[in-house]
Formats: sequence, structure tokens, C-alpha cells
Amino acid sequence: MSLTADQASTPGGRTRVDRRQWTRLLAAASSGARGRLGLALTAVVVLAAALGPVLAPYSATQFVTTPFAKPSAQHLLGGDDIGRDVLSRLLAGGWVLLVMAVAATVIGLVLGTLAGVSAAYLRGRWDGIIMRTVDIILAFPTIVFALLLVSVVGPKLWLIVLAVGVSHAPQVARVMRAATLEISERDFVKAVELWGVRSWTVMRSEVLPNLSSPLMVELGLRLTYSIVIISGLSFLGFSQPPPAPNWGLMINENRLGLVANPWSVVVPALMIALLTIGTNTFTDAVGRLAIGVGRGSEETAVAGGLAGAVMMGELQQFPLDEGVIEDPEATESREPAVD
Amino acid sequence: MAQLALDGAAVSSRRWRDGHPILWLALSRTLFGVLTLLAVSVIVFAATTVLPGNAAKAILGQTATPARVRALQLQLNLDHSVWYRYWAWLTDTARGNFGISYAARIPAWQVVGPRLANSAVLVLLAGVIGTVIGVGLGALAAVRRGGRADDVLAIVSLGVTSLPEFVVGIGLVIVFATTFWHLLPAVSLVAPGSTAWQDPSVLVLPGATLVIVIVPYILRMTRAATIEALESDYLENARLKGLSPRRLLLVHALPNAIPPVVQVIGLNLLYLAGGIVVVETLFAFPGIGQGLVNAVDDRDVPVIQLTVLLLAAFYVFVNIVSDVVSLLASPRRRLPRS
Repeated sequence: MSLTADQASTPGGRTRVDRRQWTRLLAAASSGARGRLGLALTAVVVLAAALGPVLAPYSATQFVTTPFAKPSAQHLLGGDDIGRDVLSRLLAGGWVLLVMAVAATVIGLVLGTLAGVSAAYLRGRWDGIIMRTVDIILAFPTIVFALLLVSVVGPKLWLIVLAVGVSHAPQVARVMRAATLEISERDFVKAVELWGVRSWTVMRSEVLPNLSSPLMVELGLRLTYSIVIISGLSFLGFSQPPPAPNWGLMINENRLGLVANPWSVVVPALMIALLTIGTNTFTDAVGRLAIGVGRGSEETAVAGGLAGAVMMGELQQFPLDEGVIEDPEATESREPAVD
Repeated sequence: MAQLALDGAAVSSRRWRDGHPILWLALSRTLFGVLTLLAVSVIVFAATTVLPGNAAKAILGQTATPARVRALQLQLNLDHSVWYRYWAWLTDTARGNFGISYAARIPAWQVVGPRLANSAVLVLLAGVIGTVIGVGLGALAAVRRGGRADDVLAIVSLGVTSLPEFVVGIGLVIVFATTFWHLLPAVSLVAPGSTAWQDPSVLVLPGATLVIVIVPYILRMTRAATIEALESDYLENARLKGLSPRRLLLVHALPNAIPPVVQVIGLNLLYLAGGIVVVETLFAFPGIGQGLVNAVDDRDVPVIQLTVLLLAAFYVFVNIVSDVVSLLASPRRRLPRS
């Protein structure tokens, strides 16, 4: 209620946005077919990874069958390269990947938002200095940057998380900088500035809350990308040391038995694929809502920009013109609450 | 007076810039690229030599005698200051002296060079084929906008962009090399001393993996940029003039889609620079990506340094080229401002 009252008292041409914008965005995204599919896929994999260690029928590290045994009643997915139960390793081997991916995403979002928002806020010389400095990281492909650090300190999990997180920063910074610049030109921000409110306060209370839709999209894209990179690194052998189970590592270990027991490779690969398809599809649904598909050329921004360029991590400007979801129903439904 | 002269210089440099937009862009990007490479060299040097870990011990192993460790430390300049070592390393690198590979005991360049050639062939092949397929399918999707082909392409490309390269690669191996058919080698065996293109079959699966991974991005950007052009006023005008749809697309719409598409192709080449690490390892393809993974396993610092620097130089180069090309493709921005 206080929010709506607040909203009413705010001068300016465009309506000020609800601070709970992101919850509405997520709710709207999950109600569409695309979003529901993405959410369901993600939920299945996350549940399997989270509950898996409890449900696993055997130990993930003990030899309970013959190497590359075919699937049987005792071992539903057969045996792996040295005779461990594939299903048990599969169930036990997901949660570390998930935790690492989430941590890397958070680091990337925090660093990138700090850099992008301060660059947009400070403008002028500092803008250039901050953005050019952050851009240097772009010269390293993410996986190469991670390998460079790993080559020195060894495959420590925190180091991989940090490397992937830092690699996200430039793309997040670009998007957040563009979004901040765009929002600070809006009338309601100008109006508050004219009242003489201090810049940092304007930043915190007017601009930042409105960055939630680009931030949500970035969150999804960076999460997908984190999963891709971190599972890729574990495929290369840079993750938990063996014999710890890990989907990426399982694929690598069991490749030799692709003919004898294909399931030992296919199922971990499928888990990673379902997870990334799930997060990416949901992000796509959020992105379409956040930008507003079907409003002329913005569709091109979605098709090429979002899933394409942002995923590649290079989007220069987030097309934020319709970044504020203006859902008339949502506004109406809140109306009675005022009195 | 001095101020006036300064103003004069600023004005004339701006005038020069406005008169030569392409040269200006190329020069400023090159300058910035050199600065980027310098910054990259600092990071690479710092990461590989300043961070903890006794390099000499790591190279010689646990059984090394103190005397040999000491000798190697002297050889690596380890008793000098960090700044001295950085400068020595930088000048050596600039002269093309990249050090001796710890693992192979031959100059790092001889380790990386042949691998670089193999990777270049792979990336170039995937880049060209991926671009042709991506632009073709993107234009098709734009023309058939909202039709079934467009829908299918949209769903498939959303799915494929989500997948890690090694999942795509494993899928191809299962289909074409092991479980379903046995058409292609699952592992790219290349005899030492020979090159990847002497037996093109080893290029097929790694190349196809990379193509599949990059096509969706190029497709989506081509589709978006073409639709934007197709909906523009000048195209409406051309349509009203009665031009054929083919001519509309090929002569009027596609050329205007070039600048954003060139940018995306550039990005995909950059993406390939990272993507080869996983794909080459998956197929045991003897390129710099697999070489980097091996070098990290062996802590082979000179090879790691050289590989990362090469990839960074590639990044800078591709950025300059794609900026200049997309400027060349936009006549309005190309003309000198009057």
C-alpha cells in the first residue's frame, strides 16, 4: 500500500515502477507455455541434483559392478569405466555444479552491476576508464581465463567460481550501464533530481529499482553460461578431484565405453543439456516479457539481441524502451488496495 | 595564445577525423588494441609467474638437487625484481623469443606453432561454413516470418544455443561415429609432423560441432536485421515500385543487414577461440586448445603464456576487422562528414 501511495505522490511523466516489478515479471514469465517448460526442465534437474545424494542406491565411489556393465535391474544405468554405479554417480554428481554456477553468476552480476552503474553514474572520463578496464577481461575467452588461473593455483573450486564470475563482469557491466543511462534520462528521475535530492540517493531509490528487468534477464543468461563453462571445465578435468562424481567428468571418464554402455555418457550429458535448455528457455520467456515482443522493431532486439548477442555477451545496449512491464491488469488489481 | 593553438590542433584533428572516418577508426582501434594487449600481458605474466608456487621446483620435480634449483632460478631471473622480470619477459616476447617449453624441452613456439596451424584451419572452416549456413537460414526465416520454417528454426536455435559444446560433440559422436553409424573417426588422430588438412576426415566432427554451436547466433541476428530492413520505408517504396521479392531481399534488404551480422560473425570467431578448447580436447584434435589443456596439466608456463597471448591478439585483430568491415558496409557512416 505504501508503495502505491508512494507511486501516486511521485511527479513525472511516466509512472514510477513498482519495486516488486521482478516478482511480477517472474510470475508473468512462469504463466506462459515457454516459461513453464523452462521452469519444469530446470526444476526436474535441480531436484535430481539436490535430492540425488539421498536417493542414490549405491555409493558413488565404490566398485559395485563390472566396468561398463550394461543396464540391469540392479544397476539401472549400468556401470562406469571402473565399475561404479552410473545412476548413483549421476544422482550424487550434480549439486556441486549447481552451487558453483549460482555462485559464479552472483559474483558476475555484483561486479558487473557495480562497474556498469558507477560508469553510467560518474559519466565522462570515469565512464571510459571503468568500461575500458572491464573490457580487458573480454580479451580472454572465459574458459581460457579460468585455465590461466587454474594453471597457477590448481583446480580449486573457489578459483573456478571466481574466474567464471569475473569473466561475466564485462557483459553485465555493458548491459547495466546502458540501462542506467537510459533510465536516468526518464522524466521521473529528472524530476527527483530537480528537487535537489542527492545523486547517490537518486541512484539508489529511483534508478536501481528500475534495473530489475535487465538484471533478471542477465541473471538467467549468466546462469546458463556459468553452467556451460563450469561443466565444460569439469569435462576437461578441472573440478573436484576424482573419484568425486561430477556430470562433466563422468562424460570424460566414460567416453571410452561409449559403445559398451552408452548410458554412462548419454545420461550425464542429457542432465546438463536439460538444465541449460531449461534455464535458457525460461530466460527467453522473461526476456520477451521484459522487452515486450511484438512492438515493432523490438522483436528484432529479442531475436538477435537477447538470445544472440547477450548470450555471446556483447550486447551494447539493452533495448530498455519498454523495459518496464506495463501490465494494465496488474495496476488495476492493486487499485482497490489504496483505499 | 597557447590555448588558441591547442584549440586549433583539436579542431584540425577533428577535421581530419571527420574526413577519414575509416582510417580514424582503424587507427584508434589499433592503438586501443595495443593497449589491451599490454594489459593482457601484465595479467598473463602476473598470473603465471608472480602468484605463489615455486616455479623452479615445479619444473624440476621433487627430486631436484638444491644446486639445480638454484641454477634454474638464475636462468628464470627469479632473483630479480618483479618489474625487471616483466620487462625482460615482455621484450623477449616482443622479439619472438617465447621461452623453452618445460614439458617438451623445445622452444615454446615449436610446440604451439603446428598446433596453431591446425586450429586456424578448424576455426576458419567452421567460421566460413557456419556463416554461410547461418546467413542463409536467417534470411529464409526472415522471408517466411511467422511461418512453419521460422518457428522450427526459432525453437531449434533456442535449444542449440543452450547446449555446451561437448554435449553437441558427444551427440555427434554417438550418431556418426559409434552407436548409430561408423562413418567418421570419433578421435582426430593426426600423426606428429603431419597436419590436420592432410586427412580432412578428422576435421569433420570437430568442425561440425563448432558450426552447430555458432549457426543459431548468426541465424538469429541475420533474421532480425533482415526483418528490420524489410519493414523499412525505403523497402516499402521499392516494393511499391514493383520490384520482385528476390530482388528486394538480395539487393535491398540483405546488404543493409550486413553491419550487425558482421559484428555477430566477429563475436562468433571470438567465441570459437574459446570453444576450441573443449571441442579439440573432446576429439583429441591437435590444436592450441588441446595444447593449452595439456600445458595447464603440466604447468608448462611458456606454452600457456604464448597460447593465451595468441588468443588475445586474435581477439584484438577480429575486433578491429569487424569494426572496420561493418563501417565499410554502412555507406552513410563511411562518407566524410562535411
